[in-house]
Amino acid sequence: MTRDHDVLVLGAGLAGMRAALEAARGGADVAIVTKVHPIRSHSSAAQGGINAAISEEDSWESHAFDTVKGSDYLADQDAVEIMAQEAPSDIIEFEHMGVIFYRGPDGKLGKRAFGGASLARTYFVGDITGQALLVTLYDQILKAGVKVYEEWFATELFMEGGACRGMVALEMITGELHLLRSKAVIVASGGLGRLYEPSTNALICTGDGYSLAYRAGAPLMDMEMVQYHPTTLAGSGFLMTEAARGEGAYLLNSEGERFMKRYAPNKMELAARDVTSRAEATEIAEGRGIDGNVLLDLRHLGPDVILKKLPQIHEMALDYLGIDMIKDPVPVRPGMHYQMGGIKTDVDGATSVPGLYAAGEVACVSVHGGNRLGANSLLDTIVFGRRSGKASAEYVKRTAASTGGEDLLASEQARLQELLQRPYTGDTPAGLRLELAVMMDKKVGLYRNEAGLREALAAIEGYKQRYARIAVGDKGRVFNQALEFVLELGYLLDCGEAIIRAALERKESRGAHTHTEHPDRNDAEWLKHVVLTHRGGREPEVSHVPVTITRWKPEVRTY
Amino acid sequence: MQFTIEVGRYNPEGRYADNAIPGEPFPAPWNRSPVRRYQTYTVDLPEHAVVLDALIEIREYQDQSLAVRCACRSAICGSCAMWINGHANLACKSKLQAFTKDGKTRVESPPSMPVIRDLVCDMAPFWEKHLAVKPWLQNKQPIPPPDEEYRVPNAAMEELIQEVSCISCGACLMDCESFAVNSEFLGPQALAQAYRYTGDPRDAETKERLGQYSESGGIWDCTHCYECVAQCPKGVAPLDQILKLRKLAVDAGFTNNAGTRHADAFAESVRDSGRLNELTLMPKSIGYFNVIEQLKVLPSAFNMLRAGKLPPLIHHKIPGLKRIKAIFERVGGRFK
Repeated sequence: MTRDHDVLVLGAGLAGMRAALEAARGGADVAIVTKVHPIRSHSSAAQGGINAAISEEDSWESHAFDTVKGSDYLADQDAVEIMAQEAPSDIIEFEHMGVIFYRGPDGKLGKRAFGGASLARTYFVGDITGQALLVTLYDQILKAGVKVYEEWFATELFMEGGACRGMVALEMITGELHLLRSKAVIVASGGLGRLYEPSTNALICTGDGYSLAYRAGAPLMDMEMVQYHPTTLAGSGFLMTEAARGEGAYLLNSEGERFMKRYAPNKMELAARDVTSRAEATEIAEGRGIDGNVLLDLRHLGPDVILKKLPQIHEMALDYLGIDMIKDPVPVRPGMHYQMGGIKTDVDGATSVPGLYAAGEVACVSVHGGNRLGANSLLDTIVFGRRSGKASAEYVKRTAASTGGEDLLASEQARLQELLQRPYTGDTPAGLRLELAVMMDKKVGLYRNEAGLREALAAIEGYKQRYARIAVGDKGRVFNQALEFVLELGYLLDCGEAIIRAALERKESRGAHTHTEHPDRNDAEWLKHVVLTHRGGREPEVSHVPVTITRWKPEVRTY
Repeated sequence: MQFTIEVGRYNPEGRYADNAIPGEPFPAPWNRSPVRRYQTYTVDLPEHAVVLDALIEIREYQDQSLAVRCACRSAICGSCAMWINGHANLACKSKLQAFTKDGKTRVESPPSMPVIRDLVCDMAPFWEKHLAVKPWLQNKQPIPPPDEEYRVPNAAMEELIQEVSCISCGACLMDCESFAVNSEFLGPQALAQAYRYTGDPRDAETKERLGQYSESGGIWDCTHCYECVAQCPKGVAPLDQILKLRKLAVDAGFTNNAGTRHADAFAESVRDSGRLNELTLMPKSIGYFNVIEQLKVLPSAFNMLRAGKLPPLIHHKIPGLKRIKAIFERVGGRFK
């Protein structure tokens, strides 16, 4: 069945719902398409907080500078300025919507310290900030009556005359494939953590939007910049918020030493994430780790701070490792966490494809450059979610509705039918995904080198060939998750290839991209973004875009 | 370590494995056909593994046709609430060892919700209730300017973190005894969220909310079975929030309803006689002048009479009633 709207938003995390709310406010008929219920979105896993220069002693310039420095000077400074300037009012708006932000003694918003920031500017709700924002925003979506296509999985974007005019989506509960037409699409489908094993990300973070937009002609930028979070729980790889260190927790090696003093003597545990993760990896590689981990020590914070301000990580360490962080340090290690790169957009979320917008982790404005500061990702989602919602609502006013797309629906139906009929080849989507993700962590992780990246690219080629014949282990219609996983694996393969190609291109070390044969940052040659453009069956086109610099010339980066 | 998992399968297209054993039909109104079947799997996992680890292992490497919702694996997203050994739990938070009974762990879609497939149930009843309590801030006016927050004490925000910690997994509603017999009951999650907004000092519609929540299907329809408190994986303790709402509602004067009258009848009877007068409890709760509703309970009264369960017609006071009255005096409030 075909349905028509002005704006379709793919994804119902913070960026998607914020975009939908703003587009609705702008008078557009908006619908959200999401493969899980909005409340299940991965925004809920953001723990520590959200940054803004709100207090009197702070300034947006300071926030912007910290962000630029954190990005290792790869972020576009015009975009960073906008984010830092608009952060206070966007956060206050969420307060007005009802988020129960922590307060200081004067009843005004209270803050905590976070990594890479020159002063405390992170606003928060315990260690469930993302969840608190997400439920509040979801309730606003309910209040506004925005239509949500819940548990609908996008299989392809609908392109007409070079512009994006909707998508084809699989309704999980019936197994029916639908054509959803619109004048604009905002891709806000989140990250790609399933490309790495281990990762802090949920099972649903499968890079859908990157691949869909890339194949529709929107270039990807900064894809080589994959963030490893310094504190992920040993074993499971679950996130232990940076707020733990923000509240004063130590990182210790096997000798009980606060080793960060040798890597970041000024900021210690609150250096930027790339710096801290590499420091941990060095400690572990030089034999001062504990079974491949270092220790996160919160004991001196006392039970009151832990139970009141960090209850969720306290519960997680207890549930999944049996460790009570009030009494014992918690083993942690660097783990894949966030993709700084993504669909290249301008500051209004517009891609180079007419009618196609992107916001949140899947987008690259670029405000995070080579390394995102903690508590800037929630901010990115609400600032650029809002801006893309507003811009799309304006765009649809001057755009005519499409009446086509039936042929795309038919070809998608045929494609899925063919997938369901394939015979078993010995490969399962889960097995292939695990091989891919372990390979990415090993060869395209914290440290990279030319030979490893070449091997990774060859490996991806092999996986793609196996993927082209992979069978779906469930032939039913209703809630066929096996079919969904096969399609998701295709998205992940596209993302993996893009990351590897971008990493091969950048012959220097900057931010999260550490190239062991080019260990230094090289501003003379590499103060620019790597951009990939999909070209059908051929290799993608690799090009460069200069970094926008407004105020802050690159400097040596120390913490 | 080897674990045996018995999974309640439901497939609307009737696709079942040959070795799946037919089970009981789901209770009304969710008795869909074909009947579900139970399929047993064996998985090899570390001893600290959780139920979800087993389900993912099965789905990935043994049987791709098993449908189960999950995302974060760490009790944040709320996707994987299901029945484990006959009670609602998050699969990602339930250790297999703790839930192994007679050598196996049984998981299934909760019978209180309509099943879609296998462990995936239709959460529509849950979300309808959530929506019904108007779960959004009705801003106190004037709203501060765009660069200014509402000034409220941190304690008032911290007080609500328990309710905001709700991950909407639905475990509380799945096992709610009141919902099981009364589908109109708003249920624990929705009422906990109702308190979250009623208790927010920035909300302007406290009174309207308390009035709405006092109506039939609201706060007074909870029977205090404590299932929601026991099943909530995040410590939201919905019953505690319902009790807070009751107190606020009574204090705000919403006493002209069956729930308050029922509670009042209890208190008055104990104050005046030292024991519960069951004979007057029902008419007092309904309201003496509500003749139509009074007539509706007559058949129940006759049934009780026939079964010899009718309370004694003459109600006796206990000796030493003075001391009971003294307690009421000491407690103060509406019944002293």
